[in-house]
Amino acid sequence: MNHLLVAPILLPMFTAALLLVLHRAPVVMARSVNAAATLSLFAASVAILTQVESGTPLVYQVGNWPPPFGIVLVADRLSAFLLLLTALLAPPVLLYAAQGWDARARYFHPLFLFQLMGLNGAFLAGDLFNLFVFFEILLIASYCLALQGLVVERLRATLHYAAINIAASSVFLMAVSLLYGITGTLNMAHLAERVALVRTEDVALVRVAGLLLLGVFSIKAALFPLYFWLPALYSNAPAPVAALFSMMTKVGVYAIIRITTLIYGAEAGVLMELTSPWLLPIALITLVLGALSAFGAGRLATMTAYLTIASVGTILTAVSIGGAAAFSAGLYYLAHSTLVIALLFLIGDLIGRSRGDMSDQIHPGPQIGRAAGLGLAFLFAGATVAGVPPLSGFLGKFMLLQSVNGAMAVVPVWTVILATSLLMLVGCARAGSIVLWNVTDPLPSDSAHAPRAGEWTALAALAACSLLLVLFAGPVKHYTDETAAQLLSPDSYIDAVLGPQREGLVRPLQTGGLR
Amino acid sequence: MMELMVAIGLGIVTACGLYLILRGRTFPVVLGLSLISYAVNLFILAMGRLVPEAPPIITEEAGYSDPIPQALVLTAIVISFGMTGFLMALAVRTWHQTGSDHVDGAEPKTVGRPAGTS
Repeated sequence: MNHLLVAPILLPMFTAALLLVLHRAPVVMARSVNAAATLSLFAASVAILTQVESGTPLVYQVGNWPPPFGIVLVADRLSAFLLLLTALLAPPVLLYAAQGWDARARYFHPLFLFQLMGLNGAFLAGDLFNLFVFFEILLIASYCLALQGLVVERLRATLHYAAINIAASSVFLMAVSLLYGITGTLNMAHLAERVALVRTEDVALVRVAGLLLLGVFSIKAALFPLYFWLPALYSNAPAPVAALFSMMTKVGVYAIIRITTLIYGAEAGVLMELTSPWLLPIALITLVLGALSAFGAGRLATMTAYLTIASVGTILTAVSIGGAAAFSAGLYYLAHSTLVIALLFLIGDLIGRSRGDMSDQIHPGPQIGRAAGLGLAFLFAGATVAGVPPLSGFLGKFMLLQSVNGAMAVVPVWTVILATSLLMLVGCARAGSIVLWNVTDPLPSDSAHAPRAGEWTALAALAACSLLLVLFAGPVKHYTDETAAQLLSPDSYIDAVLGPQREGLVRPLQTGGLR
Repeated sequence: MMELMVAIGLGIVTACGLYLILRGRTFPVVLGLSLISYAVNLFILAMGRLVPEAPPIITEEAGYSDPIPQALVLTAIVISFGMTGFLMALAVRTWHQTGSDHVDGAEPKTVGRPAGTS
């Protein structure tokens, strides 16, 4: 059995535990241990990606218990893609945090690793209950990360965030146990087989469970009626934490993709495409509201938080259009948006730091130090996020627009995507020109807050990732195409988990229903 | 009959929890979330079918109670306990820091209602 697959979970877990023990050690040590772990995580993710490239998902049976009885970790192309994206985002964020901020943030390093563990675990979990458990791990780490410093705004935002997520977890458990009660399994591959077999009187219950799951994942992904926790949390969180959180909404997106393609996918019979009437309008509304709110935001961090919501709207538009081309475009856009939004959070923080009391408010204020470098960085990030050619946002949106061709939804999707791109572009231009050019006090403020070399490197690394997405758009597109194809024919996933001969392996569907 | 009573009980507990989480003070919200998680835990157990006096293992004789929901419920209890504890600590900290136990960290500005009623 291939033990590589547990590395993305066990490595951060043990390193975090070690760092908790060593939390009185000098911060340099915590930094280097964390950096070593994060870089090894990157290596492990690359190794996993190269192994799933062939098309057969990797399966790890925890404790060697055969599925569907034991716990399985599964890495198909989608999981490997998101693992690699997380591992790509983590080192720059860590580098940025390690420029002095982490010395003041208690337990930052262990919490950072626990967050990575939760993210990786959620991507690898092969059954719904473990998906729940890893969600809880990443949530508890994110609560503590968002609280750093215990400022009133952070306390308030985290209180709301924690309350809504605890309520969501209850609903998640309800949906999971409902599915278990009807189908007798929690393993996602096994569920995929069994939802097609449920008796007609139970179909409504399976449908309810599916929609409950969709609701829960919409909270995590910050979709339209359920995103109100996000702006306050992300805009008040410390910049490195907010940058890391740009991956967190994507876990919700991942879960939506997973259940809609696997459990309620092509094999689900009458339950097929359970979510399709809901998802597209909701995604488009999310996109519009995110772009509008970003346009009217009062702070750079708030603007970036709303851009996160808009990016989720774009990705789920792609997901709800369905079809291989749209999925592929959505995944490309997911990678692009995660990296660029993290970049924007970091740039906003650097700009805010050098403006004294004005902070990152989008309001005329003092001249910032290093205006040329930061201005260029902001220009790049803003143009990328809005989708100016030839940057990565443009490519993602272009592929998405192309993929709708011929579908019923072509008019609303084209209209909304193009209009919101313009809105985001104007919003970023407005924010940038007010903050960088509309200077009330021409004297440069003191250089104590000037960005350090490590912070420039972190920005450069994220920007370079975005540029590499453009330069190597061909190979990346090829990979996402294959991923989409794999998602749309879940047989390879199911075969990899349950094995080719799976008749008689499991107890029959409960006969009594709800006795 | 037992199923009906369990279902009604779960409904009442969930309704009370829902009512409480819609309150404006942090303490009722925490209580409400606990009530909901109790209801959910019982719901998970009920999803394994309510089988009295049957062992949670498969034996030669007919009749067993499904052990998996029992294992799931154990995990769910631990997690919801931890989360509730965290939320409680967070609520207390917010109260200390802001001087208000309102969920928004400040007394609402509405008039016509004496302060302190939630």
